[in-house]
Amino acid sequence: MESSTCFHCGDLSDSSTIFFDEKTFCCQGCKTVYEIFSENDLTCYYDLQSAPGTTPKDIQGKYDFLSQQNIIDKLVEFDDGKSQIATLYIPQIHCSSCIWILENLNKLNSHISNSQVDFGKKTVRLQYNSQNFSLKEAVILLSSIGYEPYISLEDFSTGKTQVNRSLIYKLGIAGFAFGNVMFLSFPEYFEVKEFWLDQYKPFFRWLMFAFSLPVVFYSSQDYYISAYKGLRAKVLNIDVPIALGIIVLFLRSTFDIIFDHGSGFFDSLTGLLFFLLLGKFFQQRTYSFLSFERDYKSYFPIAITKISKAGQEHPIQVYDIKKGDRLLIRNEELIPVDGVLIKGRAKIDYSFVTGESDAVSKISGDKLFAGGKQTSGSIEMEALKSVEQSYLTQLWGNDVFNKVKEDGFTTLTNLISKRFTIVVLSIAFISTAFWLFVDSSKALNVFTSVLIIACPCAIALAAPFTLGNILRIFGKHKFYLKNATVIEQLAAIDTIIFDKTGTITSNKQSTATYEGDSLSIAEEVLLKNTLRGSNHPLSRTLYDLLEENDIIMLDQFEEHVGQGIQGMHQQDSMKIGSANFVGRTNEAAALNTSVHISSNDAYKGKYTFYNSYRKGLSQLFNKLKKNYDLAILSGDNEGEMENLKKLLPARTKLLFNQKPDDKLEYIKHHQSEGAKVLMIGDGLNDAGALAQSNVGIALSENVNVFSPACDAILDAERFNSLSDFINLSKSAIKIVKWAFVLSFMYNVVGVSFAVTGRLEPVVAAILMPLSSISIVVFTTIATNLTARKLK
Amino acid sequence: MSVIYLLLSLSILVAVIFFVAFIFAVKNGQYDDSYTPSVRMLFEDELVKEKPKTLKKSKLTNQE
Repeated sequence: MESSTCFHCGDLSDSSTIFFDEKTFCCQGCKTVYEIFSENDLTCYYDLQSAPGTTPKDIQGKYDFLSQQNIIDKLVEFDDGKSQIATLYIPQIHCSSCIWILENLNKLNSHISNSQVDFGKKTVRLQYNSQNFSLKEAVILLSSIGYEPYISLEDFSTGKTQVNRSLIYKLGIAGFAFGNVMFLSFPEYFEVKEFWLDQYKPFFRWLMFAFSLPVVFYSSQDYYISAYKGLRAKVLNIDVPIALGIIVLFLRSTFDIIFDHGSGFFDSLTGLLFFLLLGKFFQQRTYSFLSFERDYKSYFPIAITKISKAGQEHPIQVYDIKKGDRLLIRNEELIPVDGVLIKGRAKIDYSFVTGESDAVSKISGDKLFAGGKQTSGSIEMEALKSVEQSYLTQLWGNDVFNKVKEDGFTTLTNLISKRFTIVVLSIAFISTAFWLFVDSSKALNVFTSVLIIACPCAIALAAPFTLGNILRIFGKHKFYLKNATVIEQLAAIDTIIFDKTGTITSNKQSTATYEGDSLSIAEEVLLKNTLRGSNHPLSRTLYDLLEENDIIMLDQFEEHVGQGIQGMHQQDSMKIGSANFVGRTNEAAALNTSVHISSNDAYKGKYTFYNSYRKGLSQLFNKLKKNYDLAILSGDNEGEMENLKKLLPARTKLLFNQKPDDKLEYIKHHQSEGAKVLMIGDGLNDAGALAQSNVGIALSENVNVFSPACDAILDAERFNSLSDFINLSKSAIKIVKWAFVLSFMYNVVGVSFAVTGRLEPVVAAILMPLSSISIVVFTTIATNLTARKLK
Repeated sequence: MSVIYLLLSLSILVAVIFFVAFIFAVKNGQYDDSYTPSVRMLFEDELVKEKPKTLKKSKLTNQE
């Protein structure tokens, strides 16, 4: 039995270890969950996986809004008066024990008749008896066992989403038709001269025709649509020759069997579609548990407690908040609108917004901005704006968020296809013209043959399989991309811009150093005790950094807002604060955040704060500086400039005091000069910059929870591998190019058959799958080999 | 030799039956989550050992 770690959650248990049932627990919460499980014979939970649990959080009153009918209606999928079905998102789901316990909820409460987990999406679908049980009780039950559901404003607006399964249908139909047509064409391949088979030839052929109909008219729809769109936009994308190939294949084959010229190319036609759709399917499968489209809605609560004039508390929907409403924000709740603090001690954590993890203290009368999380007790505030008009949410009004990034980007495949299509069409016309003079009966045959054999199946497959595989490899290394196009964009990057707070700094405690005259013991005691009284974040940080001292009662304590604090004990006085405040006027403008100290009006020295940067930051920048322009955009002041200059290569641009809009404009400006920008950020304030950049990567300490809309999510612990990821993307593009070369060779062979008018269906039927399969094999092997470099 | 018509139509009938089964499977959402069922199928036995009466893992009926 492990003695040092918690039996339930696996955390190290310290002094407050609780022993229960011969097991150790780190806290009361974990023990309670264990008790619940053991009472209900559910300890199997711990057999499947060791220490699978999470500590339950206190949720007193947090879910009161779930008793409101209009909110329940939005969250419940199905309601017949007797039973309800609701799907809840639970970010904590991470192992098989989680699945097991959540699917056995009926043992904990008999009113829950069924619960089903979708591990990929991290959701649980509950069916319960709504007459004796409610959604609120279900949520509280889940929270009590450490699986608190995450209910956000997003659930409110999206409602019931319809899953699009059309690609699976199309793929299934193409595969079904492909198999059957192959089966029916076997007699023709071997040219079995057998009386009965010859007799039934027309029957076989018309059957093949019938099988190909759903493929041509249903499975290949997307290609026609895409080709049509491309042509209208005067772009020859890869789907143009594909669509052309499909139509020609179908028409030629139909004519062939009508006039008994041959068996047609139905096998090649269905096989082509099957392989193409397989490639699409392979590339499309991404990470269902991650969301790359998040805006503020997925951060914001669905409801909040309003205090009426009579002083009564009742939950209201966030969208219903009006200017002047009095709101109660409980501990750990998010502030949904801009407002003014009225009552209580506010300590607001703006880390969702800025990435800065230090909580900011506010006093009554201060302005509070939407997006902050209250971290100490309950506060009351008055709303100044509605949700949509708040400072943070207004950012989403920018046009950038309505633009689809992929639209402006020509993929490598489409770049090739432009020339390819022109070459194929000219070959087709020239050879047709040639045959018109030599043997006009063959001209049409040659024209269609060229278009059939040149149908760029292998080219169309090269990118999806290479990039799809790279996508999966990145995923294994905790770098999650939205789609395969991001890899191509990543390979083209020449400028990299980092956000500072939370991105290159770690969210851990900052460090401080002291310069100046050393302090006597009495002075240290006074310093520590003066700091104790202050709630300013810098005071708190410094207080935590200083050694433990005796607690003394101060005779006098004064806080001068925006300047500093002053403490008196017996004859000694101490001033802590800005340079001016302690009487140090000749101090050069401080670049670092620092706190100055004077004792009995004599200047002593200063504590200088430094951010603690991620490990390996310097090496990463030095690796990147050879090939990229680097810049840092920070929302903070220049305090860290000196420190950063020491740490980073000389050419790195450093910009401070950047508002969310400024970051966006900065990137726009660089892009107008032709730069391809990679932006790496983490907070919601980077959302605009992430959307504007060519590739926006959100860095996240916990990929399952919060990250702004972006193209890729990178786990913070893999931050140092960034340059490897970019290099691998470049290798991937090289592999795609080699695959193109390979498929061109197949095309040359095929076209040489076609222009001489000797293209037999069996040649097409061999060449087409051969080229496709060899491309798939080549790209898979090549990507896996190059990916071995990645640790 | 017209038996070939019978054989062919039978073979196609079998293929179509499987095809229809596939379409229904997709429609019922069986392809939406390709991971959880693989874990779930390993659980049933452990439930029997403890309390057989709660062994009720009925398939969710699809309400759409």
